[in-house]
Amino acid sequence: MEISLVYALWLREVKRFFRMKSRLVGSLAMPVFFLIFLGFAPIRLPDASDGGYMSFLAPGIIGMILLFASMGAGISVLWDKQFGFLKEIMVAPVSRHTIVLGKTLGGVTTALFQAVFILVLALPLGLELTGINAQPSLGGYWLGFWLAVLFMILIGLTFTGLGVAFASRMKDFQGFQFVWNFLVMPVFLTSGALFPLDVFPQWLQYLTYVNPLTYGVDGLRGSLIAASVLPLSLDLAVLLGTSIITIALAAYLFTRTEVD
Amino acid sequence: MKAITTKELVKRFGGLVAVDSVSLDIEEGELFGMLGPNGAGKTTLAKVLSTLIRPTSGYAEVWGNDVMRKQDEVRRCIGIVFQDPALDDQLTGRENLDFHARMYGMSTLLRKRRIDEVLELVDLTEKADIRLEAYSGGMQRRLEIARGLMHHPKVLFLDEPTLGLDVQTRRHIWEYIEELNRKEGVTVFLMTHYMEEADYLCDRIAIIDDGKIIALDTPQNLKHMVGADVVSIETDGREGLANLLRGFNWVEWLNEQNGVIDISVKDGHTRIPEIVLAAHEAGIKVKSINLREPDLEAVFLKFTGRKIREEEGDSRQQMRRMVRSFRMRR
Repeated sequence: MEISLVYALWLREVKRFFRMKSRLVGSLAMPVFFLIFLGFAPIRLPDASDGGYMSFLAPGIIGMILLFASMGAGISVLWDKQFGFLKEIMVAPVSRHTIVLGKTLGGVTTALFQAVFILVLALPLGLELTGINAQPSLGGYWLGFWLAVLFMILIGLTFTGLGVAFASRMKDFQGFQFVWNFLVMPVFLTSGALFPLDVFPQWLQYLTYVNPLTYGVDGLRGSLIAASVLPLSLDLAVLLGTSIITIALAAYLFTRTEVD
Repeated sequence: MKAITTKELVKRFGGLVAVDSVSLDIEEGELFGMLGPNGAGKTTLAKVLSTLIRPTSGYAEVWGNDVMRKQDEVRRCIGIVFQDPALDDQLTGRENLDFHARMYGMSTLLRKRRIDEVLELVDLTEKADIRLEAYSGGMQRRLEIARGLMHHPKVLFLDEPTLGLDVQTRRHIWEYIEELNRKEGVTVFLMTHYMEEADYLCDRIAIIDDGKIIALDTPQNLKHMVGADVVSIETDGREGLANLLRGFNWVEWLNEQNGVIDISVKDGHTRIPEIVLAAHEAGIKVKSINLREPDLEAVFLKFTGRKIREEEGDSRQQMRRMVRSFRMRR
């Protein structure tokens, strides 16, 4: 029975996502622009892999859309609060944990959809997939693809959880801008999405290593263009950990939310 | 068993006492009204009883379930229509109802049947499959009432169900509320600041002001408390008429506000000539005289010295509140 509750919540998120056309276009626009206007810039990477900058950038932009979309989906709890719908959910005989789970899975689904969209779009723009091995093979492609999807899901879980956690503590939209500018943007910029980590000065590199998205982007590069810096197993382990932590935090904080 | 029981229930927000030691007993199947101006504490009381917020002190139970300890049981047996809309405007009417039904664990078959039933009840069958963006305020309200009923609640909370609706829609909604109370046997707890609404619908009414219940009885008995007609006299503003009127032994009570004097008088129409004459002799010009049969407004006026309709705009009351909350903080 709990499953059908999660399904109801999930279904609502997905329906809303596809019905709000202007929001959908708006959220895809920024990563597409990044891909187009940065991807074709004459940037030479120190250890240029064969694909050039576009191939390096595309996994980073996929990480970016996952970050933005899942944070946004998590924070949409605040929208529900503001527009009254959360009250409807909160007076129903449904455990708070179920609500968090439904919301999170809905957020991950919509973020995943956008990430795959960017991935497909990047192919004609010059993303040269190699799969998980530097020497392309059919098996490597497939393994790489599914591994990439797994990374996308874990990134989505981590940041949807974080979004729900923040939204549970915020009363109105005042805090939204703050979270976006002082958390989401730095997470994006220090994740190595745009440049290799070793171009950063030493002190900044420490920051990149406490950033979950770093491991996500590295994992995506490993599975799509066989160019990860860290072992993929480490990337997976870290993201699995952060997913569990942020969702537990979201559940904890959401349970303590009062709606008025 | 009572549908709702509260004992000395208190809810405080910082220094503001929103619900002040409220004790209530609401019977099964009753259509119970809570009448009071905006900010009197009606919505807060509804939120405490529906488990959305926790009371500061006191005790409350709904259908025998403690609202503090048995939240899920309470949630299962109540339906609520909030004062502010709580619908998803990206979903259709039917989808909103379906979401609700799923949240209450209704089976597919039951869900389908019940959705059609409640849509029929509020006349929305034809609009069921369009998105709420295209609904009028009245339609949204009706949909929310339908939704409140979906899962056969024992107790239905209606918080200002006709707020901001036109007269015709309001009438319709009153009829729905009556019908569902009669047909489905739902206990209704209605919160309103429209006295006609409380008067028309409710078996019993509690009048609430500043978080306190100041009177509780059937509409008839409440009006009998005022006893007589209310005569409102508007003068040119010169002082003195109030004192003159106080001198008449047939004036039961008197209230003066913004140059309008309200007096309570038996057989008011026979006293109007005397009032005009008294004013004339004192050199005070009467601009208008207005006679009302006793209504709940008169009851509210008698107990509080204010009118319900003063609402938020009343600076005096807001000032009083501010001062009080300031005092509490210190």
